[in-house]
Amino acid sequence: MQLKTVQLNKLVKALALTVSIATLAACSSSPDSDVDSSTTGTTGDGRTPSGVQTGAADRQLSPEEQRQERYAELRQDQVIYFDFDTSDIRSEFAELLAAHADYLVRNPSVTVVIEGHTDERGTPEYNIALGERRANATAAYMRNLGVLSSQITTVSFGEEKPLARGNNERAWSQNRRAVLVY
Amino acid sequence: MKRLLTGLIVVFAALAFTSNTAQAQSTLEIVITEGQDSARPLAVVPFQWLGEGEAPYDFAEIIVADLRRSGRFNPISSRDMPSFPGKDTEVADYSVWARLGIEAMLVGEVSPLSGDRYQVTYELIDPLRGQITGGTAQALADGQLVDSNDHVIEGRSSVVNPNQFRQYAHRISDVVYEALTGERGAFLTRIAYIYVDLDLENPYHLMVSDYDGYNERVLLRSPQPLMSPTWSPDGNRVAYVSFENGRPEIFMQDIYTTQREKLTSFPGINGSPAWSPDGERMAMVLSKDGAPNIYIMDIASRRVEQITDHWRIDTEPYWTPDGKSLVFTSERGGRAQTYRVDLDTKRVRRVTFVGEANLGGVVTPDGRGLVVVNRDNGQFHIGRQDYPSGNFQVLTETSLDESPSVAPNGSMIIYSTTYNGKQVLALVSMDGRFRARLPSRDGEVKGPAWSPFL
Repeated sequence: MQLKTVQLNKLVKALALTVSIATLAACSSSPDSDVDSSTTGTTGDGRTPSGVQTGAADRQLSPEEQRQERYAELRQDQVIYFDFDTSDIRSEFAELLAAHADYLVRNPSVTVVIEGHTDERGTPEYNIALGERRANATAAYMRNLGVLSSQITTVSFGEEKPLARGNNERAWSQNRRAVLVY
Repeated sequence: MKRLLTGLIVVFAALAFTSNTAQAQSTLEIVITEGQDSARPLAVVPFQWLGEGEAPYDFAEIIVADLRRSGRFNPISSRDMPSFPGKDTEVADYSVWARLGIEAMLVGEVSPLSGDRYQVTYELIDPLRGQITGGTAQALADGQLVDSNDHVIEGRSSVVNPNQFRQYAHRISDVVYEALTGERGAFLTRIAYIYVDLDLENPYHLMVSDYDGYNERVLLRSPQPLMSPTWSPDGNRVAYVSFENGRPEIFMQDIYTTQREKLTSFPGINGSPAWSPDGERMAMVLSKDGAPNIYIMDIASRRVEQITDHWRIDTEPYWTPDGKSLVFTSERGGRAQTYRVDLDTKRVRRVTFVGEANLGGVVTPDGRGLVVVNRDNGQFHIGRQDYPSGNFQVLTETSLDESPSVAPNGSMIIYSTTYNGKQVLALVSMDGRFRARLPSRDGEVKGPAWSPFL
């Protein structure tokens, strides 16, 4: 963790607390507050509790930092979509899953629940099985990228928790999905 | 032209009827697929109220609705009735009723007793027989009526409390139905189903109601999905899948005491429970060993036995009435089709071949039919395949049909369908001729399960 913008001793403690909260949040809710990313630890406008303002120059990002920035952005998205009656991972979601896998690999204590969902077509029982296949396919993809089996649990909700309502392809395509829940 | 043709077929059917009854039945059915209404006309005469003021209950209304909903009968309007007799002896002229073309007439009386109880008496009359023997009956009116009363098909009387009125009306429907069809009525049965209203804090409800949707009761409210209700053979308990702990688990719940018990919580899928006919075992789907496969649990010992073992999806087990085999859905042949596994030999045979896919197989109570969700050209409809002939018939024209469940007398199928963008329940008779929708409230209704005889 780099706290390079901070000079005040008092503030180190305050920020350490903030960081640990952020770490906790990373474990339980979403991967936004990435503890290894260089973005954490700065406040948006450099304002401090004592009222003084600090400024900083723009730094050139290394390719790795650029990738991390892009991954952090990608990780905002936690849903991938599937074609009808299949559990094949579409190539368009490769980078999104790589971003999540990268985060999980660098944070082995973080776990994720992968939910499998289907559209309403087909019987509810069949869709539970299909949803599980989608969740499992996503989990296998993540494991191939180095994520530990112990970090992943899967659950299928079948057609029971639709994201979009409606009996048309537009709604169905949004409901055929796997969701990564941290 | 078409009407004329249909008329001719009716005439032909009528002629055939006189010569050979069995053949006439099937000939009549051909006429009906042309769009004719085959339901048999009968008269349910409004029951006579013998007390003061307003009648406490309209029994005839419930009976009329029951019989019409069975698809077998077409009760005539009370406006077309020549009079409103309360008992057989008040029927002045059977020929007037016989001329209405009705097969039978139900008459009844309700009289007040002390302590908010009522005497309900009813008789089911064959007016044609009454017309033939009527003269005799009248001649004997002063003396011995008993022997000439064969035009009265059924006659019963009971003492009923007001809170039993509806139930008793269903009971009368059962008696009428059985007397006229020779098949036990299923009007005193219930359905379990899932009600979902995503606007509520606890959107998922497990419900039970009478078969006609009345007397609705909530058995369980949950913030997480509920699925797959299924009845114990004694009708006292319902098993279902609940996601209340973030993952699917199978529960059993006594519908009267509310006592509930968790049956399974294996890793992966715990789904599609189906009670064995003897009530001692539960077929289910588990994916604890990899792919979803069919298992049977001995409920008392909780011992689980794996029945199918295939790397593709196996799901939706349903017991044959003899308890010796299961039908289930499997993708082992590519697309989902219905298979049957013999529980002794574990031998698996494919059962369905018509259409792209056949899922959710339910064996009819007589074991001679299989009701499935048939997918053809991307459309999901309820279909019936006869055993052993293999004849297949699509029964419904609604959209996205699923979760069929058969009435314990095998007369009707209740299923889930989509209407005006919402999931609702619908009924179709086993021959597909009668179809109805069950009214629903704000939310969506699905996963119906018809109870056994209660």
